[in-house]
Amino acid sequence: MAKAYTPGLLVTRHKKHRIMRRLPIAGDVQVKVDDMVKADDTVAETNLPGDVHPVNLANTMSLPAADVVACMLKSEGDSIALDEPLAQSKGMFGMFRTIVHSRFEGTVETVSPVTGQVIIRGAPLPVQVRAYMSGRVVGVTEHEGCEIEADVAYAQGIFGVGGETQGCIRVATVAHDQELTADLITEDMAGCVIVGGARMTVESIRRAMEVKAAAIISGGIDDQDLKELLGYDLGVAITGRESLGITVIVTEGFGEISMADRTYAMLREFEGREASVNGATQIRAGVMRPEIIVPLDAAPSASSDAKFEEGQLETGRMLRVIRDPWFGMIGEVSGLPAEPHVLGSGSKARVLEVTFPSGEKAIVPRANVELIEE
Amino acid sequence: MTNLDPDTIKVILATDCGSTTTKAILIQYVDGEYRQTHRGEAPTTVEKPFADVTMGVVNSVTEIAELAGRRLVGDDGRIICPATGTEGCDIYISTSSAGGGLQMMVAGVIAEMTAASAKRAALGAGSIVMDVIAANDGRRPHDQIQRIRDLRPDMILISGGTDGGTTDKVVQISELVAPAKPQPRFGSDYSMPIIYAGNKDAREPVKDVFSDEGFDLQIVDNLRPVLERENLGPARDKIHDIFLEHVMAQAPGYDKLMGWTGAPIMPTPGAVGDILQTVAKLQEINVVGVDIGGATTDVFSVFDETFNRTVSANLGMSYSISNVCAEATMPNVLRWVPFDMNERELRNHVKNKMIRPTTIPQTREALMFEQAVAREALRLAYKQHKEFATTLKGVQQQRTVGDTFSQQTSGQTIVDNMTLDLLVASGGVLSHAPRMHQTAMLLIDAFEPEGVTMLAKDSIFMMPHLGVLASVHPKAAEQVFDRDCLVYLGTCVAAKGMPKAGKSCFSWELSGDRAASGTINGGDLQLVELGEEETATITLSPARGIDLGEGPGKKVQRSVRGGTVGLILDGRGRPLALPEDRAACQSTVQGWLDSLDVYAEESEAVAV
Repeated sequence: MAKAYTPGLLVTRHKKHRIMRRLPIAGDVQVKVDDMVKADDTVAETNLPGDVHPVNLANTMSLPAADVVACMLKSEGDSIALDEPLAQSKGMFGMFRTIVHSRFEGTVETVSPVTGQVIIRGAPLPVQVRAYMSGRVVGVTEHEGCEIEADVAYAQGIFGVGGETQGCIRVATVAHDQELTADLITEDMAGCVIVGGARMTVESIRRAMEVKAAAIISGGIDDQDLKELLGYDLGVAITGRESLGITVIVTEGFGEISMADRTYAMLREFEGREASVNGATQIRAGVMRPEIIVPLDAAPSASSDAKFEEGQLETGRMLRVIRDPWFGMIGEVSGLPAEPHVLGSGSKARVLEVTFPSGEKAIVPRANVELIEE
Repeated sequence: MTNLDPDTIKVILATDCGSTTTKAILIQYVDGEYRQTHRGEAPTTVEKPFADVTMGVVNSVTEIAELAGRRLVGDDGRIICPATGTEGCDIYISTSSAGGGLQMMVAGVIAEMTAASAKRAALGAGSIVMDVIAANDGRRPHDQIQRIRDLRPDMILISGGTDGGTTDKVVQISELVAPAKPQPRFGSDYSMPIIYAGNKDAREPVKDVFSDEGFDLQIVDNLRPVLERENLGPARDKIHDIFLEHVMAQAPGYDKLMGWTGAPIMPTPGAVGDILQTVAKLQEINVVGVDIGGATTDVFSVFDETFNRTVSANLGMSYSISNVCAEATMPNVLRWVPFDMNERELRNHVKNKMIRPTTIPQTREALMFEQAVAREALRLAYKQHKEFATTLKGVQQQRTVGDTFSQQTSGQTIVDNMTLDLLVASGGVLSHAPRMHQTAMLLIDAFEPEGVTMLAKDSIFMMPHLGVLASVHPKAAEQVFDRDCLVYLGTCVAAKGMPKAGKSCFSWELSGDRAASGTINGGDLQLVELGEEETATITLSPARGIDLGEGPGKKVQRSVRGGTVGLILDGRGRPLALPEDRAACQSTVQGWLDSLDVYAEESEAVAV
């Protein structure tokens, strides 16, 4: 019989992690296989086509569109500077000529005899792709990008905002269930990845931004605080492009919720080490969760704690309940009844029995739990 | 495509490859009619590590084969077609929305006219419309260009101008698209397909604009050749062709799948639209269908044979639940909940559902809240649909003296709840509600049908399969739609007008399989037993000012069909109004829920 599969967030002290660094369009890859790179090294760069500025000369010069080409002082492909003459009308008997100066700097791309519109393209926009994670280059795709691999400690969060950054891990709380408040954040945390325990307050995030911390991570956040921080109510969980100046990662969820003890213990263990973090979250096809990556100097000796198969729901496994009425509670699978169960809502669903540390047992739909992956 | 004689088709295998699940059904000719006999499902395998859609297809079909005792997959891993004795099928067909479905950008000259027609063509073909660019959309040209650059559509549809009309405006729109150099979503080495369906006189200059590498320009007939008429067929067909040739060909495993199917693979929503149109035409009825998903809500309507589809992006029950609450506002959601809830906790609860979209309500309170959100998502989606499904805008009105006092303009909605015959529900929150009474109540509260309307739900989301089947065997599609696809919930009889609370709204008398009579007062809801196979004739006598289909105060006689819920008599009036005062609202809503026995059993979270 097939085992039930319930994916969970990955938290592990060691994994061989590989990332792809890719340019948005073809360009130059600046590393080669076996190169060792640091997180903030540039590994590839290119130039994006510049911004496009349409100029409707037919309207500006009050001319029929077909006459615009004859009035152009610049041809397609010519460079043009700001305020440089772009076109000149023929005037009357060579007098009363109107000169149109360019409001943009760039290259004349097209001149349309149909619409009288001129397209000026601005200077190319340079794009640099950084390594993001320190490690070894293990693959290069010419003109596209490279793959970097490293032995890392790795933790997935459940939700985040803000993009890729890196810094040293600093733990601000003394326990996994301590709220992360503004008074725990100090000036010497500049450039650091701050780790808290339970819910982080909006004041603590603002304080972290004030001291110029790279990122702030904790167990939970209040939705109202997130709204205050972003300035809008987040409608769909597609994030990563916010420009807050800080990356925010929540490991467990919204509300008063503590960071899982194991995650907290791992981050505390790696305090002082450099971490690469990314708040980008996408919860649709091609799920993307925020991540905390701590590159290790060497692979630790193989551990023998992989008791369970990844993603398999089995008796004895630790899990987290992810929906009311036991939201956030961690327990152990103590039963996997095969038959569907009628829930309090009246729905019929496959369930499991969970035993909480207090000894209390509960029946929970399998859809409402996630495994704590090792 | 296979040219099969429909009469020789006895075993039909159909799959729908969704983003998460691939659903397969088997249809067989049994005792002189087509019936859906078995179903199977398996996770979709379009994404890594599998990256081959056919694996999920074979897995779902294997499940059917085991249940049906019929070998459907050969030793070579392909679906056995044609059938031989107890093996294989006569035709295999499929739809797909995997990988986010078909995503398009459309452009036109005037937002309300040619751009609206282009949007209708794209939506009708089953696409998600990412943005509509128009000369009068209020954005400056460089903002429009930036937007085009940011999007990564599968293809772009450009329209504009009537045939023989002005050319420069439509060329100008093309000149915004070309320099933006939009990148296709899949495959960096293939050219962006552009469909031009505008003024035929502008074809040559448009060709010049897109003469650069990186574009694959396809020209079809103008979708608005004259202001008074749309011609969406050629654009829609071209969208389907490109969907198959470009988009599907880029998705992992689809080249193989296309070789297996006996009819072109269709985008899932396009197929749903087709089956609803087929049924509306064959039964000569007006139909509204809704599919509420985790991220979006699709609404389809056929009124007087005119089809419309809208996709309300970001109105959904999991990924987009937070957006529903933001758009509808929390007080509007909570008006459907007959007890107090802590708003701060609720906001966190909604966000937790958004980030863990597969969770299900365990308690009755959680279910009631989620269904309250669903009412608002459906209400907003239907509102958007009504605003989009209009008569053509920009058409000159011929007025006579008799129209002196009529202020009707072009662009009026064609959605008329009073003439709606059938309302079909699909999507998790509607299809999987623990009681069908809940589905019926959600539909009535959100759509506010008027007069006499039949309510049904798609039993196992079979409409996509039947939509593509309709293209090869309309009769089989209609038979299965009526007998196996739809679960009839019953009929809703609802009064339009503002009845006075406690005063008679309408009286009713039932004859036929059931005989009963009574009076419905203003504000009342009543459930009358009328079983699944039962039909009856209902005679309705509305009070003054109340309309049940024949005009205010006029008597109505109609045939009504029963269902799993029964006959619902609704005297609450239209538009539906709930008390402003929170306590009064809770009491009123509780009364309605009790009348229909919506949440029948007392139950609590299970602790052992």
